Amino acid sequence: MKKTFKLEDLDCANCAAKMETAIRKLDGVKSATVSFMTQKLTIEADDAEFDAIVKRAVDCIKKVEPDCTVILK
Amino acid sequence: MSRKQRKMLYRIIAAAVLWGAGFLLKHILNTEERFGIEGIILLAIFTASYIIIGWDVLWKAVRNISRGQVFDENFLMSIASIGAMIVGEYDEGCAVLLLYQVGELFQSVAVGKSRKSISDMMDINPEFANIERDGELVRVDPSEVSAGDIITVKPGERIPLDGEVIFGSSALNTSALTGESAPRDVTVGDEVISGCINTDGLLRIKVSRPYSDSTVAKILELVENSSENKAKTENFITRFARVYTPVVVIGAVLLAVVPSLFTGDWAGWIYKALTFLVVSCPCALVISVPLSYFGGIGGASKCGIMVKGANYLEALSRAQTYVFDKTGTITKGSFAVSEIHPAVGVTENSLLEMCAAAESGSNHPIALSIVNAAKQRGITPAAENAREIAGFGVEALVGGREVAVGNARFMEKLGAECPETESGGTLVHCAADGAYAGYIVISDEIKDGARSAIAGLKKLGAAKTVMLTGDRKATGEAVAAAVGIDECHTELLPDGKVALVEKLYSDKPEKSTLVFVGDGMNDAPALARADVGIAMGALGSGAAIEAADIVLMNDNIENLPAAVKIARKTHAIVMENIIFAITVKVLIMALTAVGIGNMWAAVFADVGVAVIAIFNAMRAMNIRHAQ
Repeated sequence: MKKTFKLEDLDCANCAAKMETAIRKLDGVKSATVSFMTQKLTIEADDAEFDAIVKRAVDCIKKVEPDCTVILK
Repeated sequence: MSRKQRKMLYRIIAAAVLWGAGFLLKHILNTEERFGIEGIILLAIFTASYIIIGWDVLWKAVRNISRGQVFDENFLMSIASIGAMIVGEYDEGCAVLLLYQVGELFQSVAVGKSRKSISDMMDINPEFANIERDGELVRVDPSEVSAGDIITVKPGERIPLDGEVIFGSSALNTSALTGESAPRDVTVGDEVISGCINTDGLLRIKVSRPYSDSTVAKILELVENSSENKAKTENFITRFARVYTPVVVIGAVLLAVVPSLFTGDWAGWIYKALTFLVVSCPCALVISVPLSYFGGIGGASKCGIMVKGANYLEALSRAQTYVFDKTGTITKGSFAVSEIHPAVGVTENSLLEMCAAAESGSNHPIALSIVNAAKQRGITPAAENAREIAGFGVEALVGGREVAVGNARFMEKLGAECPETESGGTLVHCAADGAYAGYIVISDEIKDGARSAIAGLKKLGAAKTVMLTGDRKATGEAVAAAVGIDECHTELLPDGKVALVEKLYSDKPEKSTLVFVGDGMNDAPALARADVGIAMGALGSGAAIEAADIVLMNDNIENLPAAVKIARKTHAIVMENIIFAITVKVLIMALTAVGIGNMWAAVFADVGVAVIAIFNAMRAMNIRHAQ
């Protein structure tokens, strides 16, 4: 499954790159991109664990930039 | 400016005023005594300024370290500025943070602006559809409408779904989709696509596909996902930053420790090492590269060129081999009379009239093109007693004469002598009362801009232009020659096209890329095989949008050289930024290491370079050069 989430208050390009690297390393993630320009996170991961993986991805984001929030819908 | 940005602006002003006051006072007092009353007043003023401007940086640095994020910008700035304060350079310590925040504010405003200008451009999402329910017109969400429903679009409203006009006529503004400002006239029977704005008349439209398959939904999806496909350069920069930061940190530690062991001047060398660290931030690179590509993609969309990702823009900038499909790309894909050759004693108009009249009962595209050509010249074709002779042509009574229209064999059968011709296209011969009257050449019309587009590509350094077609040799070669294409392969089946693309692929110059341009109808495999697949004429063709990497929305082949120019310019800007940022940083780091550079130069190397790089990146959005 592949999903895109909007990010709010993603303020730095280098942080976006760090988030991307961290999320790509998560187990079960097939591909991930964090776009600083469009303020979006796209994750492709196994269907079965998708929600858990998204949760871990959110943790990665919070770790790099605590002010940045992921709009989960 | 957002609220957050405005707040930062006030903080910057307040801190700058305090800093200015402190700076003046320092020079008036001109004291060397740090711990006397004057020194303490100065310390108080600068500390106030420091806290106003830098509290959040300090806080973020502490918080990020506690989360295991060392060596980020906040940390570098905090340590450099605190270091400066400790060695007694109050004004420098404050100025570091002040300039850093000015730079950050500037970045955020610039990025926000380019984001907004691009999202405005992409503002094509229809909010509602008017649909009749129980005799009343109600507004519903476009996704609730199904194929076959009738929707009403009032003047000024956006067409929410693709469909066919069944009532009314109007002019449509398609500029959001195609970048073209001339309105498009539509009337009953015409296909209209979602995303256009209905300017002046009320239209009723029979919806042809649901919202999720509509042109607008496809385009929005394309734009949303375009940032997923990052250019190689972008990934390179991310990797570069990962190696570069630790290397610089180690360099800084060495700079602080090694010379100090020999000279004993710890404070001086630690301060130099801090300066070194400030320079090291890779921000200018990390931000300006995606910003340039984003700007290039945005600029391209202003011309009606949709690019699915930065990687395709990058690949296009290196294109040298261009492969074209003929029908729908180089030619319009519709037949038209291209030449009229009357026999001696017959006028062009009378030949056209006879042919058109005889063919007027037929629906064949060739017959229709002859009838259309006659109508354009004001001729009303009328025939009696038309009968089709299978395999030969048509016979009819036109103005009292027995007219035969058909192929060369037909003429032979009637005993009318027809000339040998070497013409590209389909020939229609005509005989009147058994005597040869001439022939008409029907060919697929070449698009207006095709010739200049090919010339434009050659000017941009195209090594090879190739045309592929399923048509017969004479027709294909005539078209290729007319538009100036170097190489032409004819009588190909769809899989033959892919095989040829493969072959051209292995022949192309090293490091260059191959572009395939098609209409997305039957060349999807070739579009997918090429480095960059460009589809023409997406208006109304969802298939093309899906198959291609770049879509020329307005069906205008002249946009192809424009797309290449935009790609080249974007690439040039990216390279400029990378080289500029790395050069300045390395230079200032080197100067600092030998003891010439100071904190001011360091802050310039960080913030100043980032701001200049952003300015440069924003040029990618400007597309005047391409038009």
